[in-house]
Amino acid sequence: MSVTLLIEQLLNGVQLGTMLFLMASGLTLVFGVMGLINLAHGSFYMVGAYATAVVTATTGSFLVGLGAGIAAAALVGALVELIVIRRLYHRPHLDQVLATFALILIFSEGTRWIFGSSPMRLSPPSWLTGFVTLPGDTRYPIYRLMLIGVGITVSIALYFLISKTRLGMRIRAGESDREMIGALGVNISKLYTVVFALGAGLAGLAGALVGALQSVQVGMGEPVLILAFVVIVIGGIGSIKGALLGALLVGLVDTLGRVYLPIFFRAFMPPSEASGVGAALAAMLIYILMAVILAFKPKGLFSAHD
Amino acid sequence: MSDVVLSLQKLHKRFGALQATNDVSLDLQQGEIHALIGPNGAGKSTLIGQIAGNIRPDEGRVFLADTEITGMSIAQRARLGLGRSFQVSSLAEPLSVMRNVMMGVQALQSHSFRFWKPVARDQQLLEPAYEALERMQLSHRAWTPVFELSHGERRQVEVACALALKPRALLLDEPMAGLGPEGTAKLTELLEALKREVPILLIEHDMEAVFRLADRISVLVSGSVIAQGDSQTIRQDPHVREAYLGDSDA
Amino acid sequence: MTNNTPTTNNASPGHSTAQESTSARLENRADSHFDRKGIVQIALLGLLLLVPVAAYFLGHIYYVNLASRITIIAMAAVGLNLAIGYGGMVSFGHAAYFGLGGYVAGISAYHAFDFTPFMTWPFTVPGSDSLLVVWLAAAVLCGLLALAIGAISLRTTGVYFIMITLAFAQMIYYFANSWPTYGGEDGLPIYLRNGLPWLDTNNALNYFLICFAGLVLAMAITSRLMKSRFGAALTMARLNDVRLATAGISPYPIRLMAFVISAVITGLAGALYADLNGFVSPTSLSWHFSGELMVIVILGGVGRLYGPLAGAVLFVMMETLLGGITQYWQLFLGLVLLGVVLFAKHGVMGWLAGRERNE
Repeated sequence: MSVTLLIEQLLNGVQLGTMLFLMASGLTLVFGVMGLINLAHGSFYMVGAYATAVVTATTGSFLVGLGAGIAAAALVGALVELIVIRRLYHRPHLDQVLATFALILIFSEGTRWIFGSSPMRLSPPSWLTGFVTLPGDTRYPIYRLMLIGVGITVSIALYFLISKTRLGMRIRAGESDREMIGALGVNISKLYTVVFALGAGLAGLAGALVGALQSVQVGMGEPVLILAFVVIVIGGIGSIKGALLGALLVGLVDTLGRVYLPIFFRAFMPPSEASGVGAALAAMLIYILMAVILAFKPKGLFSAHD
Repeated sequence: MSDVVLSLQKLHKRFGALQATNDVSLDLQQGEIHALIGPNGAGKSTLIGQIAGNIRPDEGRVFLADTEITGMSIAQRARLGLGRSFQVSSLAEPLSVMRNVMMGVQALQSHSFRFWKPVARDQQLLEPAYEALERMQLSHRAWTPVFELSHGERRQVEVACALALKPRALLLDEPMAGLGPEGTAKLTELLEALKREVPILLIEHDMEAVFRLADRISVLVSGSVIAQGDSQTIRQDPHVREAYLGDSDA
Repeated sequence: MTNNTPTTNNASPGHSTAQESTSARLENRADSHFDRKGIVQIALLGLLLLVPVAAYFLGHIYYVNLASRITIIAMAAVGLNLAIGYGGMVSFGHAAYFGLGGYVAGISAYHAFDFTPFMTWPFTVPGSDSLLVVWLAAAVLCGLLALAIGAISLRTTGVYFIMITLAFAQMIYYFANSWPTYGGEDGLPIYLRNGLPWLDTNNALNYFLICFAGLVLAMAITSRLMKSRFGAALTMARLNDVRLATAGISPYPIRLMAFVISAVITGLAGALYADLNGFVSPTSLSWHFSGELMVIVILGGVGRLYGPLAGAVLFVMMETLLGGITQYWQLFLGLVLLGVVLFAKHGVMGWLAGRERNE
């Protein structure tokens, strides 16, 4: 129970939280503005990671790869919106779920077909490897610290985009009144494509960044997608603020639970059993958190839609 | 006071800065039609919500006969005998008229956890529903899907649905809305026949129908009742003429 | 009560005759088995029964087991269809009940095989290799789990409901994945198929017939249920829950009960599936499986009694045939599904048997 471990795990929690926010913000925007539930959001995460891996390998530059990853995810997002998604806006949620589930199958199997089942190599550039020493003698990987930095930067940029720019104004108008923005003369279908591509690009960014940390493989987007769902349900669907808070909450609770629950059970159980019980409970923890929050606030912490 | 079927006592409801209902008290007595009128934005919908149960008042109480229903759910109020119709038709469109009306009968007779007996052969359900339809002169449309009905017929079905509950009081929210002169005349006639059995709290825009039907009229403006009385009194009330009829010459 | 008949009563015929004729009309609707829809339905069920029987006597056990698989998946989808199609509750987490049913079968067999008790405190629960015990336990446990999940999830609607049911199923999935006692992510083998006292369940045809009986029973129950007062209330809850509440019936308990029944049917199918395969693993709890069950319901035709069966036949056939040609068969499943959702809203049954009345 050292302070070093605690600081390290807190940072890990924040890092997971910021990456979840990149995923969740796109999901929640798309739902808030277009009223669409998009399961294929995890596919953009995967597309971003694969494109980054491929371009990094050919150019040798991680930054170029990263740019390509974001661009590829945004482009694929825009195409998917144009071809499939825009037929779904006025459909029941069931149709949206099924059509985007179909997209997952198409993307996952298509990627497996092209790149095979084994993971692709993608590692952080050499200038981002290594550790920094934080106060309290905590050694922490530079790359993870950078992820936190990127997450915070994107959050701030997103805040400015939505509260200060013309596009943001239109997005906010779209969230509060879909009919009205049509009346304002905003080209709705263009706005929808842009919002969708923006969300996809953010997911692609997250996929590329996390892919370099873990691995780039088919299906990598799915666990993250479900965590992102938990995030936006907790935060209130449609609310960016809720997504940010929910992401940090889920990131911290999940990370700390996995480390400290087994330790906690070891206090009054044989170690082997304790790690089993602790791990099983830790895996359930964020869902329990979600259930508790929903029991009191069925629409999440910051609901944009009543 | 056993004649009072429905009574609202000092209801208050505030949404943020908007005082939607301000100290509203009124009652509905056996055998009468009590009309509630008011310009748009007067707080009629909020008031109806508090009677029907989808909005909780901040203060005040609602009684159905001697039972306080202030904190009850919509379904509980309905089972106690509060029938209501909606401003916008709220029937299940794909189902037959009968199926819509039968729901209220079912609610009255028992809880709905009966899993075996088919409703299509259940005379206990069919007969009372049929009766309610007959009173609205719609029994010939019993097996027609709602989406095939005319607008006026839907209005009648709405009232029949409420009647299936064997209600002690009816709350009708703009039943004449969107009806032509013929439909309005027909519904007016039906409601007039109905009021002897079931008193009606009528929210209505059609002033001609209100003045013809209502025994008493309450005028709601900015959340408060500014006048109450029979149609003669209300017609001549200067406040009403000014605030509601927009008659600035008064 | 004397003056309550409206004066213009001449339009309506005599009371009782009108009712007889009208209720007769309803029955006629329900009993007309030999229209196009009826023929398709009987053919579907008949083929499902006859093909494996013939295959068994021709010595093709593989096809008998394939038919068992179709039957069980169809039964699971019948359960889900009760929630989605009839109740309008888009549950994205029915794998939880399917998997739990499977684990009940697996864990029970595991303890019966080992002669160890499942638990000793506060009372001793031994394992059992009897299918009847397994089914009872699976039904009760799935019902309780659905009661808990449904009680929370049904406080919400729309997208929230979809995501919450998904999240709860994931919770069970991760629990099974990280709980080491029963195999964790490797799954749990069932060395000896659970049995019945009077029937050899290891015989492939016998086991198929059990599954077939389960499917028919589940469909019969669904059909009967939807014609009852409960079904009338559930239909109204789906179409217009404000109307239902205004009529004096609270939608929440009606929905919750339907959700529980739906989960029990799916859970029993899960128990049958584990015994069919001799194996249960977290895969049966995964969100992919929840999605596949939804796909089956939609492919077949949502809210139609025979929809799940048609969907399951189509799904398993595609899996078997396309899967034999390419390992990327799910890509084509995705394309077909996308096509069905975008362009053919009424599913296979809608296409084969015409649109459902009252749809």
